[in-house]
Amino acid sequence: MILRLLAGSARGRLLLAIGLFLALALPWMIYPPIAMDIACWALFAVSVDLLLGFTGLLSFGHAAFWGSSAYVSGLLAVHVGLPFPVAVLGGALFAAVIAVPIGYLAVRLSGIYFAMVTLAFAQMIYFIANQWRDVTGGENGLQGIPREMFGVDLSDSFVFYYVGLPIVLLGLLLAWRIVRSPFGRVLVSIRDNPSRARALGYPVDRYRLLSFVLSAFLAGLAGGLFAISHGFASLQEVYWTTSGNAVMMVVLGGIGTLWGGVIGAALVVQLNDYLSTSEFDGIGIVTGSIFIVIVLVFRKGIWGTARDLLAPRLKRKRPGGAKSPGDDPAPAPAPDVNAPA
Amino acid sequence: MTTAPILTARGLAKEFRGFRAVDGVDLDVAEGKVHALVGPNGAGKTTLFNLLTGFLKPTTGRITVGGRDLTGKNPEQVARHGVARSFQITSLFPQMSARGHLELALASPTPLGWRFWRSDRLLARYRDRALELLDQVGLADHAEMPAGNLAYGRKRALELALALALDPKVLLLDEPTAGMGLEDVDRTVRLIQQVREGRTVVLVEHNMKVVSSLADQVTVLQHGQVLVEGPYAEIRHDPRVISAYLGDADVAH
Repeated sequence: MILRLLAGSARGRLLLAIGLFLALALPWMIYPPIAMDIACWALFAVSVDLLLGFTGLLSFGHAAFWGSSAYVSGLLAVHVGLPFPVAVLGGALFAAVIAVPIGYLAVRLSGIYFAMVTLAFAQMIYFIANQWRDVTGGENGLQGIPREMFGVDLSDSFVFYYVGLPIVLLGLLLAWRIVRSPFGRVLVSIRDNPSRARALGYPVDRYRLLSFVLSAFLAGLAGGLFAISHGFASLQEVYWTTSGNAVMMVVLGGIGTLWGGVIGAALVVQLNDYLSTSEFDGIGIVTGSIFIVIVLVFRKGIWGTARDLLAPRLKRKRPGGAKSPGDDPAPAPAPDVNAPA
Repeated sequence: MTTAPILTARGLAKEFRGFRAVDGVDLDVAEGKVHALVGPNGAGKTTLFNLLTGFLKPTTGRITVGGRDLTGKNPEQVARHGVARSFQITSLFPQMSARGHLELALASPTPLGWRFWRSDRLLARYRDRALELLDQVGLADHAEMPAGNLAYGRKRALELALALALDPKVLLLDEPTAGMGLEDVDRTVRLIQQVREGRTVVLVEHNMKVVSSLADQVTVLQHGQVLVEGPYAEIRHDPRVISAYLGDADVAH
């Protein structure tokens, strides 16, 4: 519904304006590096939702794409001296390329098997990053990634936020376009009923693969920008908890809502930041508890629930109107692992 | 049968862990005819159906459609070669409107589905044809309703419209009247009579009244094999067919 609104209605333009205003005002409200973190994680979460919410595949290995792009973007910036947007694009393309063989093998499976295969590949990437010290720095990480573009120094976090934000916005725009395209329509039909999509003549596995690769590209954009923003790429970027974090953000925000991932990311990053500065070392317990409460109380996530509250008023405008695919956060078969049905 | 068969199966068999659900079936479906597959429960009708549509791979045997070998092809490839199917259990996209279903089906032979950088409004180019098909199956007034909200009989009609949207050479209908009340059955029979014009239809059906009013040729299956084949008027009095059905009734009740 919100997506439809974004396509042109007054309410959609209003929401879009609010969203853009918040994105632009963020470094004034909170510590700028945290603002950049939120933006990167938001794009990462949206990339996971593209698979989870719109293709019905739960990837538990998206750190492979976020993290490998972090390293590749960093290496391109350090050794080739590319301006950072080009380095990030290079990292994202690398993520998309490695997603082809991984996806090729994984999309034949579904549900928990898909999640396990993606996790296994992500662990392989982690292993490589850990062992290949000469290139990745091993446990020390890849350090000293320059934050500059055409010789202009961007080490000021406040300035960098505004230079980096367009990459995130373009990524979000691409995700929105994918979901609201003929391709997105086919994806949703595959999510809801793969056999039927096959009987209509759609090669389901190849559609899933393209969705997987596009999702990896978006995750790569986010991860590359994250590494540039921090000035280093560490093993944490390819660790499995990073994949888990992204999935958690999507579930918190609302599976299949696209923008829910943005809200989930803002919430989790802020919370982690707040808790880590409060000398309390049980962060996992707090975020875990909040996660459980939100999943139990708002089954469709924060955005999904908010949208449902708005929905009755909007439905009256279009009597008998059909909801389009993708408008409803129908839980795909895969997410049952995380969310109680 | 003087016309050349459009769909043939030779020695088709499917084994599930030692159990042969379909066991050496030869089938010739003549072009332009309605061919019914009947038989008691467990005779292998649905397995045969799934073999013909690529949802199962045969253990042995060959399938051709219009002279082209389709053995071992995927469901999507079979669909592209002009074999469209309906499902026994209604199989739709619950949140998608009836029109959305047909637009998707009509777009499937084109590369439009891959265009992730274009607006989904492009699918509206199939709108007129979609509404025409919906009108044909009596769903013109329900074009915008999500399929999940349609009444049962209307869901079945939408299934039929979806199969027709692929403009198939062979239309395979898996128990099109399953679970329907009398009124809906009559409506569906009329509908199939109407859409069979210029098409070949293969039909799995339990309801003998439906078979008698639609089928030109009937193949009776039992234990995965062809028991009898012939026009309905001939096979209905065949003692083997009667005993197959009575035998099944004894087991069932």
